[in-house]
Amino acid sequence: MTGTYAHAAGFYAGDRPKIVTSRFEYADSHTLERYLATDGYKGLRAALSRSAADVHEEVKNATVLGRGGAGFPAGTKWGLMPQGNFPRYLVVNGDESEPGTYKDRLLMERDPHQLIEGCLIACYAAGLTRCFLYIRGEMATAQERVAAALNEAYAAGYVGRNILGSNFSVDIVLHWGAGAYVVGEETALIESLEGNRGMPRLKPPYFPAAIGLYGQPTIVNNVETLANLPWLARNGAEAYTAIGTKTSPGTRMVAVSGHVKRPGVYEIVNGTTTFRDLLYGDEFCQGIRNGNKLKAFVPGGGSAPWFLPDQLDLPFEASQVGPAGSMLGSGAIMVMDETTDIPHAALTLTRFYAHESCGKCTPCREGGTWLERILTRIVEGNGTDADLEQLIEVGTSICPGDFPHASSERLGLTAVPFPYKMTTICFVGPSAYAPVNSALTLFPEEFESRVTKRNRIPVTAVGGE
Amino acid sequence: MSRLTDTNVAIAHEIIARYPRPKSALIPLLHLSQEQNGYVTDDAMKHIAELVGVTPAEVLGTASFYEMFKFEPVGKYVINICGTMSCALMGSEELLHHAEHRLGVKAGGTTADGMFTIEHAECQAACTEAPCLQVNYRYRFRMTTQQLDVLIDDLAAGKLAEEIPPHGTLARVRQHIPADRSVGAVPPEAPGQEPVWMNGKAAL
Ligand SMILES: Cc1cc2nc3c(=O)[nH]c(=O)nc-3n(C[C@H](O)[C@H](O)[C@H](O)COP(=O)(O)O)c2cc1C
Ligand code: SF4
Ligand code: FES
Repeated sequence: MTGTYAHAAGFYAGDRPKIVTSRFEYADSHTLERYLATDGYKGLRAALSRSAADVHEEVKNATVLGRGGAGFPAGTKWGLMPQGNFPRYLVVNGDESEPGTYKDRLLMERDPHQLIEGCLIACYAAGLTRCFLYIRGEMATAQERVAAALNEAYAAGYVGRNILGSNFSVDIVLHWGAGAYVVGEETALIESLEGNRGMPRLKPPYFPAAIGLYGQPTIVNNVETLANLPWLARNGAEAYTAIGTKTSPGTRMVAVSGHVKRPGVYEIVNGTTTFRDLLYGDEFCQGIRNGNKLKAFVPGGGSAPWFLPDQLDLPFEASQVGPAGSMLGSGAIMVMDETTDIPHAALTLTRFYAHESCGKCTPCREGGTWLERILTRIVEGNGTDADLEQLIEVGTSICPGDFPHASSERLGLTAVPFPYKMTTICFVGPSAYAPVNSALTLFPEEFESRVTKRNRIPVTAVGGE
Repeated sequence: MSRLTDTNVAIAHEIIARYPRPKSALIPLLHLSQEQNGYVTDDAMKHIAELVGVTPAEVLGTASFYEMFKFEPVGKYVINICGTMSCALMGSEELLHHAEHRLGVKAGGTTADGMFTIEHAECQAACTEAPCLQVNYRYRFRMTTQQLDVLIDDLAAGKLAEEIPPHGTLARVRQHIPADRSVGAVPPEAPGQEPVWMNGKAAL
């Protein structure tokens, strides 16, 4: 089946390998009955019939890259916890709120048991004794589906004490947020879970794997990362790495939104699929709406520097996207066609990050607001050329030095590679500047035509002619 | 006045018991109070402080960080119109203006009859279905101004009462951990001791 499934709005299956979306075609994919009829909890059984260390090794060998944004391999992260310090916790990051990102909510609504099974395998392999599943506050249906699935799973003996009659015991506790983007950052997530204001902590020393929830070693993993584990436990690392590339194995869920003919969520082969495939391919977005020209696209969520048509042939591979000046982030592509007002588009992102600043660091709290106000002034036609300099000055106070950007043949620009330097605790501050910098660097003429020149005119010329 | 009801106190105790430290239950309990009263009242925050063992100021300190908690009455239906990039590219500004015009209030305002609050919201993780909105955190995708009019009419006429509960109610299914299946908030092992299954052997 290739069509969209009405119950999984926006998702298109296609004839590609399916690791995490294999059940989306069923209207009752969220029930235990369907789950058990489609290999459900077989991965858990396979895992429990091996030692925890073996399962951990398998996950390491598969190089399951984190799908939350940073792309750090899960198996390696689990190995970073100090020895001999227990209890250890698993915190599941289901706070999905990076602009453009739409996948974790689908995974929670459409296949909650797959996520639960993934959590169990992670807890078993890494020796984690309690799991907190943190779902974004605004996702009422996801909370409902996961709660119902957990109730079913407890009743059937898949979660809780002595799982499947073994000596493996773990509770999964559903927790939910209350609306704050920054809580998606892992240390803020932990603060929030402790009942505090969701403000990020300094790393070091507060790397969750060392000092996390209640001061104990804690693994924070994204929903999609964990959803990969049941398939991996059933089929093994060799089958997993046979899909995609060596450095980016398996699949990834990607949301493409904006000015394409068929915006949607796609599970794609990692590492090889290119942006051109995604934007123009028949099995994906089928081109730009109304046959328009592509102007620019955001390749990895609202925080990512923008790409131009020049970068379309890059594959979904961090080692190539980084040097080209951006990042893959959370698997979210936002597409702008030729009709887009670039300064205005940038404002819709900068406003987001300015609004979501937690206020802990001055460059982000003040700088984000300044960027938003100046950009608003420019968009409304009240900007001056001094405002353009001011944007860069404020941006540089958040991210000193050259900010990453794409190359442009048209402008004769060479790429500045990712990442950037920053004066803030987390990435919210830099993210407020990323769209401004991309827009200013790649489309300078759209700003220049928008602002009033304020030439300094002296009272009288020297020597008075 | 608006302390938690006995039923909700029982639910609160069940929630608190899941966490190694009671303060972790703050956000879920604030949601519970908002479900009961439609917004978070001062009395409810005092009551939650008692239940969790912190000061009312600490409860307010946490609650005020999070956008979903309202400290004054809001409409029975809170309409959040997404204004972030993907939705903006697909015309969400027009949707917001239309809602403001139609209901006669600005974003952030509540209609005089207490039925509707409109808000300019940020990305709702439905970017491919832009422009989108939520009514009490239930989605409507690919909205047009006409569909928005129909939605407002239907809500006003009570036609969607079954699908969309009044503001404050999120999930209508609660997690329940049966006592005989629960491991407990604190693991059975002594502090510092590794869990029993980490013994180099298969668990099954
Ligand atoms: C401001 C900010 C917001 C973030 N939001 C999310 C989010 O909503 N979901 C998520 O999984 N990770 C998010 N992350 C990344 C997390 O900090 C963390 O790296 C991730 O959850 C780890 O899981 P993974 O290794 O499985 O990817 C965010 C990071 C930052 C800096
Ligand atoms: S960068 Fe912004 S959001 Fe992040 S900790 Fe600093 S002030 Fe808070
Ligand atoms: S931008 Fe509107 S849902 Fe993401």
